[in-house]
Amino acid sequence: MNGKIFTIKSVLSGTFYRRPSPDEPVYVNEGDTVKPGQVVCIVESMKIFNEVRVERKGIIRKILIEDEDSVLIHQPMFEVEVI
Amino acid sequence: MFQKVLIANRGEIALRIIRTCKEMGIRTVIVYSDADKNSLPVKYADETCPLGPPLARKSYLNVEKIIDIAIKTNSQAIHPGYGFLAENASFAEACKNNHLIFIGPSAETHRLTGEKITSRKMAKKAGIPVTPGSDGAISSLEEALCVVRGIGYPVMIKASGGGGGRGMKLANSEEELDRVLRTARGEAAAAFNNSELYIEKYVKEPRHIEFQILGDQFGHYVHLGERECSIQKRFQKLIEESPSPLVDESLRKKMAEAAIRVMDSVGYVNAGTVEFLVDTNKDFYFNEINSRLQVEHPVTEMVTGIDLVRQQIIIAAGGKIEFSQEEVRQNGWAIECRINAEDPDNGFAPFPGIITQIFIPGGFGVRVDTHLYPNYEIPPFYDSLVGKLIVWGKDRAETIERMKRTLSEFYIEGVKTTIPFHQKVMQDEDFIKGDFNTHFLEKFEKGRS
Repeated sequence: MNGKIFTIKSVLSGTFYRRPSPDEPVYVNEGDTVKPGQVVCIVESMKIFNEVRVERKGIIRKILIEDEDSVLIHQPMFEVEVI
Repeated sequence: MFQKVLIANRGEIALRIIRTCKEMGIRTVIVYSDADKNSLPVKYADETCPLGPPLARKSYLNVEKIIDIAIKTNSQAIHPGYGFLAENASFAEACKNNHLIFIGPSAETHRLTGEKITSRKMAKKAGIPVTPGSDGAISSLEEALCVVRGIGYPVMIKASGGGGGRGMKLANSEEELDRVLRTARGEAAAAFNNSELYIEKYVKEPRHIEFQILGDQFGHYVHLGERECSIQKRFQKLIEESPSPLVDESLRKKMAEAAIRVMDSVGYVNAGTVEFLVDTNKDFYFNEINSRLQVEHPVTEMVTGIDLVRQQIIIAAGGKIEFSQEEVRQNGWAIECRINAEDPDNGFAPFPGIITQIFIPGGFGVRVDTHLYPNYEIPPFYDSLVGKLIVWGKDRAETIERMKRTLSEFYIEGVKTTIPFHQKVMQDEDFIKGDFNTHFLEKFEKGRS
């Protein structure tokens, strides 16, 4: 399994946020190691803010959406390498 | 009168405002984000101007851009609708500085009403009962405990910059109070840019009853009666009606006088609402002033026959309210059901998507304010409210029967909506009896599970 890439997809359509609020740091950067349950972004749909958590340990290889851009349901948001 | 008005909003309320403008012979300019380019307001307005990306901060909250468009299109006034910039003092000020008329109260009034500690003080000074609690901001646990000693638990800790159900927390004990105070200040600072907190006694089983007020620049005030808004989920209203099943003639008179007094004390000009909490003894307490046109304004229009947007425009243009208090009649009963794109069977989760089919009900005493049409895509970027079904009847029983009939005709395919939820409420014994408070939904859902 190690080295395999998996993607984190959005379960909702809405707005993609990389940080909890505009003046706070981003949740994760490319190259960061993440552990299960860690919040990686927020997807806002109709004023409801949903935290997105990673399911398994890995390294964020690619962030596929720009902060505050729209995201569609099932659209990949992150590429994560299993470690 | 204005020749041209810019509407700084979207959805059903933008459409609602365009309709009145058309009837008054006023040209309309609609601003819209990329997500709304196929919306009905864009199709119905006389002129359309794009605002850019869907994100509200970059479009419908972009003060500079909206003012710029208003100037370029030679608009004389801006109607903010509700939400977005409707209660934004800086926006009202920016309009004024650019010789544009903001259709709503002044920036100064927005500042007074937006600070809940200030508006509470104003109400108290005007002799209006407020919920027992702190006189000003609370800065320490000791101070909070001192207030609680006088009023007893449970108490609500509220953010001065909050309101509309946001920035409130309940505490039942000293331990909880300590915990809430520790976190609430930071949260309030982040959410409202104002860290001030105050304490109020928690009103048990309150009803949420508000009064519609109009004030013009000549110091005339009239009230258009009350709206009962107790059916809420997480402080968001779902069903509203006018009159209230609880309010009799003598209570109405007392509350209306109090509401006008508080509006007079802040020098309120235009349409606004005074919210009260009413307890089981029918004692009422000032809650807050909503300095805007409200979502639920149509129930008032249905029973009084008065177009509130028309009055807003006339007042903003420097005119007088078109009638006196004696000429206002509350005739019959009206109920509004909010149609939200939400799944009531899944915790009211948002449900954006494409409307594949729609049938909008009609018939005697029925009004539907909606921007939905076949193949319209409800974007995920904004509020879930997609329509309002308002029905009128000669009395409450007839109105409920008409609401049942219209809900059963209202057909929306492609997204889940609150229609099935409303159908169940219309069958509920307590609702039919008019016996409910703001905890109705908790009880209703418990009863059904």
